Amino acid sequence: MVKEVKELVNRPDNTAYTQQRLPAWQPMLSAGIVIPGFVSIGLVFIGIGVALFVTSQSIQVLEIDYTGVEQSSPCFKCSDQTGKKCDCVMNFDIDSLFKGPVFFYYGLSNYFQNQRKYSVSIDYNQLTGDLDYFTNPDDACFPFQNDRNKPIVPCGAIANSMFNDTFQLFQLVNGQKKEVPLDGKGIAWWTDYNTKYRNPSVTPLRNAFNGTVKPPSWPQAAYELDTEDTSNNGFINQDFLVWMRTAALPDFRKLYRRITEGDYASGLPAGNYSLEIVYNYPVLSFDGRKKVVFSNVSWMGGKNEFLGIAYLVIGSLCVLMSIVMLIVYAKFKFPEED
Amino acid sequence: MGSVASFFGQLFGKEEKREEERRLRANDRHFNLSFHYVNNAIKTSKYNIFTFLPLNLFEQFRRLANAYFLFLMVLQLIPQVSSLSWFTTAVPLLLVLTMTAVKDASDDINRHKSDKQVNNRTVNVLIDGVLKKEKWMDVQVGDIIKLENNQFVTADLLLLSSSEPLNLVYVETAELDGETNLKVKQALTVTGELGDNIDALAGFHGEVHCEPPNNRLDKFKGVLTVNGQTNALDNDKVLLRGCTLRNTEWCFGLVIFGGPDTKLMQNSGKTVFKRTSIDHLMNVLVLCIFGFLASMCSILTIGNAIWETREGSVFTVFLPREPGVNAPLTSFLTFWSYVIVLNTVVPISLYVSVEIIRLGNSFYIDWDRKMYYPKSDTPAQARTTTLNEELGQIKYIFSDKTGTLTQNIMTFNKCSINGKAYGELFDFSGQRVEINEKTEKVDFSWNQLADPKFIFHDHSLVETIREGNLEAQAFFRLLALCHTVMPEEKKEGELYYQAQSPDEGALVTAARNFGFVFRSRTPETITAWEMGKQVTYELLAVLDFNNVRKRMSVIVRSPEGKLTLFCKGADTIIFERLHPSCNKLKEVTIRHLNEYAGDGLRTLALAYKDLDQSFMEEWKQRHHEASTAMEDREEKLDELYEEIEKDLMLLGATAVEDKLQDGVPQTIEQLAKADIKIWVLTGDKQETAENIGYSCNMLREEMKEIFIVSANTAEEVKEELQNARRKMCPESADEPSVIKSRAGLFWLKKTENVQDEKVDGKYALIINGHSLAFALENNLQLELLRTACMCQTVICCRVTPLQKAQVVQLVKKYKQAITLAIGDGANDVSMIKAAHIGVGISGQEGMQAVLSSDYSFAQFRYLQRLLLVHGRWSYLRMCKFLRYFFYKNFTFTFVHFWYAFFCGFSAQTVYDEWFITFYNLVYTALPVLGMSLFDQDVNDRWSFQYPQLYTPGQLNLYFSKKAFVRCMMHSCYSSLILFFIPWAAMQDTVRDDGKDIADYQSFALLAQTCLLVVVMLQLCLDTHYWTAVNQFFVWGSLAAYFAITFTINSNGMFLIFTFIFPFIGTARNSLNQPNVWLTIFLTSLLCILPVVAFRFILIQLRPTANDKLKELQQVP
Repeated sequence: MVKEVKELVNRPDNTAYTQQRLPAWQPMLSAGIVIPGFVSIGLVFIGIGVALFVTSQSIQVLEIDYTGVEQSSPCFKCSDQTGKKCDCVMNFDIDSLFKGPVFFYYGLSNYFQNQRKYSVSIDYNQLTGDLDYFTNPDDACFPFQNDRNKPIVPCGAIANSMFNDTFQLFQLVNGQKKEVPLDGKGIAWWTDYNTKYRNPSVTPLRNAFNGTVKPPSWPQAAYELDTEDTSNNGFINQDFLVWMRTAALPDFRKLYRRITEGDYASGLPAGNYSLEIVYNYPVLSFDGRKKVVFSNVSWMGGKNEFLGIAYLVIGSLCVLMSIVMLIVYAKFKFPEED
Repeated sequence: MGSVASFFGQLFGKEEKREEERRLRANDRHFNLSFHYVNNAIKTSKYNIFTFLPLNLFEQFRRLANAYFLFLMVLQLIPQVSSLSWFTTAVPLLLVLTMTAVKDASDDINRHKSDKQVNNRTVNVLIDGVLKKEKWMDVQVGDIIKLENNQFVTADLLLLSSSEPLNLVYVETAELDGETNLKVKQALTVTGELGDNIDALAGFHGEVHCEPPNNRLDKFKGVLTVNGQTNALDNDKVLLRGCTLRNTEWCFGLVIFGGPDTKLMQNSGKTVFKRTSIDHLMNVLVLCIFGFLASMCSILTIGNAIWETREGSVFTVFLPREPGVNAPLTSFLTFWSYVIVLNTVVPISLYVSVEIIRLGNSFYIDWDRKMYYPKSDTPAQARTTTLNEELGQIKYIFSDKTGTLTQNIMTFNKCSINGKAYGELFDFSGQRVEINEKTEKVDFSWNQLADPKFIFHDHSLVETIREGNLEAQAFFRLLALCHTVMPEEKKEGELYYQAQSPDEGALVTAARNFGFVFRSRTPETITAWEMGKQVTYELLAVLDFNNVRKRMSVIVRSPEGKLTLFCKGADTIIFERLHPSCNKLKEVTIRHLNEYAGDGLRTLALAYKDLDQSFMEEWKQRHHEASTAMEDREEKLDELYEEIEKDLMLLGATAVEDKLQDGVPQTIEQLAKADIKIWVLTGDKQETAENIGYSCNMLREEMKEIFIVSANTAEEVKEELQNARRKMCPESADEPSVIKSRAGLFWLKKTENVQDEKVDGKYALIINGHSLAFALENNLQLELLRTACMCQTVICCRVTPLQKAQVVQLVKKYKQAITLAIGDGANDVSMIKAAHIGVGISGQEGMQAVLSSDYSFAQFRYLQRLLLVHGRWSYLRMCKFLRYFFYKNFTFTFVHFWYAFFCGFSAQTVYDEWFITFYNLVYTALPVLGMSLFDQDVNDRWSFQYPQLYTPGQLNLYFSKKAFVRCMMHSCYSSLILFFIPWAAMQDTVRDDGKDIADYQSFALLAQTCLLVVVMLQLCLDTHYWTAVNQFFVWGSLAAYFAITFTINSNGMFLIFTFIFPFIGTARNSLNQPNVWLTIFLTSLLCILPVVAFRFILIQLRPTANDKLKELQQVP
């Protein structure tokens, strides 16, 4: 044995790998797999599509544009952009019970939160409560880095442009305004609230902001965002967190409040409602739109008919395609004996 | 530092004056130093510790791709432009650079080690009259050194004296030219007298004038002046570095060339880099991609300009412009930002991956047991690792005959002596008897020195000799004397012959067995035992063999004082020089020769001539003059030889059999079925070549006609070629249809392509060297090519090495097809180097062919495995790889393009920057490598059974510009789906708890997950051969993606590196949503299903041979 090895020192190893004989599975696009495959995928798709479509249909959505472009709109008077505080009231009716829990969104259109310059204008270190960055905001925040030589906190274009219209919702019961309680807690991502954004560990919070200024567009400083709940201030203010999660597309909606309490826990009953708006946020200058949206959700999230329809269409196409393939197969199947 | 110095030296045009003649004096270091010759230290390494980084980086950045990425990195450092963080390009670039640098460094360390080892070998040098041990690197030009047996030759030496009689030394040149037979060198008598007398050697002050350093191994020209007397120096008196001293106790030599000036070093490192057609195509494509990138960026820039004026200028409430920045400037900057974002269309890892795949596929060749030849213990070897896929595209094979198709083991088979043929057996009725293994063999036991392995069947020849037939004795005496074989007799009676050519060995062995035993030789004598008696002949001159002369002669003086010239050579050459009195014998011999050639035997004619003493003396004098001439030495010698080699007396002819190698006819048939055209280019006679053609299945009875072109003038050649063409295709036009086009980088290369013409039936063409010489001239080239290409088989006989290369170049130039040349001898080297792929057969004729080849193995039949299995798979894998690679990168990039329309053309990326960094490097690298290293469409058995599977490669079907455009369209479709399905699905939607999910980060995560799933599925669809490794790579990469994504989105990573991983929590918050998964599912199936359907229908409508076979293979 040893002698033989010596004689054939250069003989390559006889392994499945070196001889390219690794055991392998060789799938084929054969008619027996492809056609039934298409049929079953088609059927599954149609099934999913129906489920999605029905679910989506069951979701109720109410959208109210309050930009005030048309003269008939109650908010038209506020749209002149003088910068003054302006109130307007939108009235609307609900015909049947709007099933709860109802989510209250504000929506913006033609608003480029995904513009690169805009979306990088943020200082994460500052927003984790690092006081070094309070005095020295990152260059990325330019032009909202310093205001008259004082550092802006929170700095950057995203923070500065925070949405600042506020809303109050009333149900009109027998001519009486009955306020619908709005729940502003837990509207941001858990990770944003608990990890990503931190207030500096200085009490009271306002001391941390000594020597800094608020973003120029803000009416009040970060530590005064919520006048009622002092813990909901600074960088962990829920509205601030929602705003800071920038949108992927130029038309987006953001969660404003949830309606989960009191008489409205099971939804908004049919009736007349009145929405009182404090109109601050300018969008008309860039042809933007503002709206409020009431919606409930399902297991598949908010109302989006696209997914259901797409599944239905593609499922049907798959079935159709399988028929086409069957015809082609039957007609052109090459003879095996070739 | 040397390399830096020389680098700057070149930079400033400071070139050293070229040496025109070398002068040196023995034992005079002072004199020799004045010429500044280099000493014997060698340096093959490229770098040292300090120069490595700058030089290596400089070299790497000379590559276009690397330079491009450096440029990108610089762009990314400009804050106004930077749309991606620096690490997205830096990490891949650094990885690529490091990998290459590590490889270069380890190569260079090895070179340093071997340099050091070689430079520190010691040798005895004569310094100041004493022999001292010195390191090789300290040896100077002009030193005298002493070599001992089995030592390597230190430098190029002039041999001064040796221990052996007549100042002979024996050397082995394996390291130099790969040949293992011993060669003899002889010192001049003048210097030989010095012997090993140290004082005499120390007092030797001979002066040498010789040629400057060069790389010609077989030539040396110089003069040695000793005491005012000049002596000619030629190659015989020089020992070259790289040789080993054998069978010689000691010798002294004078160093002429040292270190880098030696012929060995002058020959190394100047290899021409062969590139494959896919390489060229890839360069063109990369250039196209650059253009494409520029146009995409321009479109987006225009988009940006429009957006900036319409939207950006009014959006300033929330995003004020920086001072001094206006819309045009923003657009300009956007162009560069998009160059950065879309840079992934130019794949940085492409070249590295291609190299890895080629290397892997080369290893398969090295490892293949079915290409391993146990008899000589030689595995196949991929000596070049960059040409694999071209093995799957071969259209023309140019093959040598001897040693390539045949074994090159020569057996003396038949002979014709004085008009009588020997070697055949006849039965009583005069019928020829088939000779087989059972046939009775001639008993040579009467001859003690006979070679027991020699086999002969015709008893009459032995009887004839033992009867004392003078012609027969002269015949074998010639064979025993006229050759260049070296005998080795280690024990009394045990003779071994060292022959440079197997023919000679066979002939000398035959003479030995028939009682004319060549025993020993000195430069002046040859000793032979003639029928048991020792006879010593004085050797007066050897008239060498070469390819032009095609004959060799010796002039000897017998002990009786008779002067005779013995000559053997090609029959046509000998017959031209015969004395008229031999005419009758000549006719009979020619008849015999034709029979032999018809049997495929190699023939030589033998002749002699008795010489006159006075003529000989006068001729000898002129011979000495000619051989010491410094100018036109060869021409003068040729003239002299011509003068004496005439009026010869014919003795007879020999026929040596060279058996076909195993499996040659089957291999040729297989290759022909694969539509590969085989041209045999051989030095043999036309009849021999024709016969071999029949026996190896190249010429077949069913062929309509075999054209033979053997004309003597250009006109006749032209006519014969045209006639042949018209016969094959009467309607063929007079003028060839040539398609002229441009190709290559910037379309600078002009190409001409002669179209194939259709022929009914099969034809063959045989053309001899003489006609070939005319046919290869400019005006007939195309004529030859057209006719030859219409034939199934082409055989060129009597061709010179140069013609072999010319034929290859002709086809290469006008056919735009991939050519392969295969050969085993030194005469095939030019052809092997000229062809796209050179294959060397490591056989009997030394190693030159192997050393200059790209692939080598031991047997011709392995060629079919190399091409039909390894070549085909390599081509398939490379094409699949390229198609997939471009697909995955384009798809990746195009999504950015679509997103631009929704983010104000602001060069916002769709994916997380870390995903961009890892996409090519981690997430998709291994699966695609797995596919390109393991994929097989059908297994090797089927590849052999159906050689027609080879044709797609020849037609470039799997990867071409068209295929590339198809890839781009496919990517375009996929990217549209990949962007717009998530876009539509995420419109206005929210999580199931009402929170945000249409945010940028979730969208990025969704888009990148969709992308990765889609490209993985596409890979699965493309992979046809699923080994466990492929499974592991695919699942492992997906797992790695999710693991890495969850890690960089985790709290911990954010807390440690706040700014670097801003995607905290995204994976957790969006990948637990059913609608996200439903979107991923929809997107991936929408990308894949149309491809499946399309492929399925294509298989049904237009099945390729491949598809049919795959189907068959399924049914066991």
